[in-house]
Amino acid sequence: MNRRTLLTTAALALTLGTTAFAQDEEITAGFIYIGPPGDGGWTYEHDQARQKMEAHFDGKVKTIYQENVPESADAERAITQMALTGADIIFTTSFGYMDPTLAVAEKFPDVKFEHATGYKRSDNVSTYSARFYEGRAVQGHIAGKMTKTNKIGYIASVPIPEVIRGINSAYIHAKKVNPDVEFSIIWLYTWFDPAKEADAARALIENGADVVLQHTDSTAPQAAAQEAGNVITFGQASDMAEYAPMPRVSSIIDDWAPYYIARVQAVLDGTWESTDTWDGIGKGMVGIGEISDAVPADVKAEALAMKDAIASGEYHPFTGPLKKQDGSDWLAEGEVADDGTLAGMNFYLEGITAEIPN
Amino acid sequence: MLRLEKRPQPSQLWTVVTPILAVFLTMIVGGIMFALLGKPPLEAIKVIFWDPLFHEQFAAYSRPQLLVKAGPLILIAIGLSIGFKAGIWNIGAEGQYIIGAICGAGVGLAFYPSESVLIFPAMVLAGAAGGWAWAMIPAVLKTRFGTNEILVSLMLVYVAQNVLISVSSGLLRNPEGMGFPGSRNFKQWDAAHNAELIANTGMHWGVVAAFIAVIGAYMLMSRHIMGFNIRLTGEAPRAARFAGVSPTRIVFFCLGLAGLLAGAAGLFEATGPAGQITGAFNAGYGFTAIIVAFLGRLHPVGILLAGLLMALTYIGGELAQLMLNLPGASIQLFQGMLLFFLLATDVFTNYRLRFGKKGLV
Repeated sequence: MNRRTLLTTAALALTLGTTAFAQDEEITAGFIYIGPPGDGGWTYEHDQARQKMEAHFDGKVKTIYQENVPESADAERAITQMALTGADIIFTTSFGYMDPTLAVAEKFPDVKFEHATGYKRSDNVSTYSARFYEGRAVQGHIAGKMTKTNKIGYIASVPIPEVIRGINSAYIHAKKVNPDVEFSIIWLYTWFDPAKEADAARALIENGADVVLQHTDSTAPQAAAQEAGNVITFGQASDMAEYAPMPRVSSIIDDWAPYYIARVQAVLDGTWESTDTWDGIGKGMVGIGEISDAVPADVKAEALAMKDAIASGEYHPFTGPLKKQDGSDWLAEGEVADDGTLAGMNFYLEGITAEIPN
Repeated sequence: MLRLEKRPQPSQLWTVVTPILAVFLTMIVGGIMFALLGKPPLEAIKVIFWDPLFHEQFAAYSRPQLLVKAGPLILIAIGLSIGFKAGIWNIGAEGQYIIGAICGAGVGLAFYPSESVLIFPAMVLAGAAGGWAWAMIPAVLKTRFGTNEILVSLMLVYVAQNVLISVSSGLLRNPEGMGFPGSRNFKQWDAAHNAELIANTGMHWGVVAAFIAVIGAYMLMSRHIMGFNIRLTGEAPRAARFAGVSPTRIVFFCLGLAGLLAGAAGLFEATGPAGQITGAFNAGYGFTAIIVAFLGRLHPVGILLAGLLMALTYIGGELAQLMLNLPGASIQLFQGMLLFFLLATDVFTNYRLRFGKKGLV
């Protein structure tokens, strides 16, 4: 070890020392965002939860965040700098931060890390995600009932299991109430790009879709649907209530606040442990936004009944008999999907005509 | 009346003064913007320009990061600057960077999990070759069919991005990645990892290559006949042709060199700081490098300094977001201002300000 390395190591040790010391009076929670908090969707909800968490602890917890962090080498630097500023717990809120989060966590064993939607954990890295597919089931039901052209457009983001699960869940529930329904899926390979999202929505609508579902973060598809008229959409990640009652007829809302409060509380109490959390409607991590008057009363009642059945655990959105796209059996009559298969889901279900890009 | 008068020769003094003046003007106008946002302006400017270098808590980490961020920018900008000198406008370095990374990573992954010491050099060669080959497309089209290299090279960026998305969820996908897109992580494979050469200095092979490229470009442009031919082609194409310089050779050389360096930069980035081929591993270095090339006056030493300055505003900007809760967009505005003022004050290198009416002077 040469002298310079020795000095920097000492400096690093010193920083870690001060971090530990700061814990006595106040802790700092950091957030890394993929988009701006003003996206009105995914990042917006994380930022709302951050603010609620800060308010909950009433001065005991300081929060910091960095927005628009690309999922490239920049992510590792952003997370490291956040750890260096003395953050005690860092939430990295996009899938692409997975490897950078683990790399930084290794260098800062005293800092706790929470990675959203990933699958890699370590002693100081937890993962958390929501069972969005439960919301997709309700959404699929309404979409299947409401479509007149029987064409449903789906703006998909990045081909990871979470997104594929959402497509499958929406599809089987739309199909159940409307056997003629067809899904057109457009992959954007980005989570947040209002211009591309709007283009995709317009293309789908021009091809006859009168329902547009999205797994991207901005409100641009809502605006495109409003412009076109007679097209319905659902708020994604956030309520997007400013587009109600039409085109937005309902929404899937991510509510991260209770989780953030619980995890920060655990750091305060010194009881934080690496965990894997995957909650849904039942625990309140996934919410269904107000179903607007544009939806007929009977459809609304059915949708709410399904939501309650999912919340109570009575109904699982992936209940057999279900076949994979290639016609092979997946779930037998009455069988429900196990979490392992769902977590790595990389196949479409029978009836979807598209192919998963690879 | 104010008016501009063309100087007989670009001013030596102003060439040196304008970058400093531009930084100074950016600080003033940027400071006003930060003040309007309700943030302490002096504090913000100090965080952006001073703290990454000298802050007692961060500098040990952010100083090496300057090299990590500047390395690919300099490496790509050097290649571009030589073409720009010859009037060959390669706007597609981003695509050459992506294809280089894919080719290099692909060659490496074909031998996974071999621990041979030859793996990394082979990957670098394949990366450079990939970038070179991608740049040959606009070169061939330009020399054979007279197409515009600006359009072709730019369009090929979008093609490259789609190839990147395709291979990261198909051909190069990590078989142990549970169906998620993205290649294996090179940081966990020693033979292919472009690690720091000396711990905590940020010096990886890509940074070394950038420094070598700076020296090489300086030698080429000032000492070698090829450098002379390139400049001649740029400044007086007809004279160059009469002197027996083949325009076709210059096109192939300039685009090829730029592609080579961009491809190598992509490979160094993918196996080092980024660690992985994913749909988003490219961070726009190929486009930012165009700015760096012009900020550095297409001169190798200027590019070295410009690359470091760009890196400083990136890292300082991130720190300012973190410490002062400045919005990310204000940092981009701040960087934009820097370029704007640089180009604006650049006028004084070639023109002199005159008072009074023409003819009275």
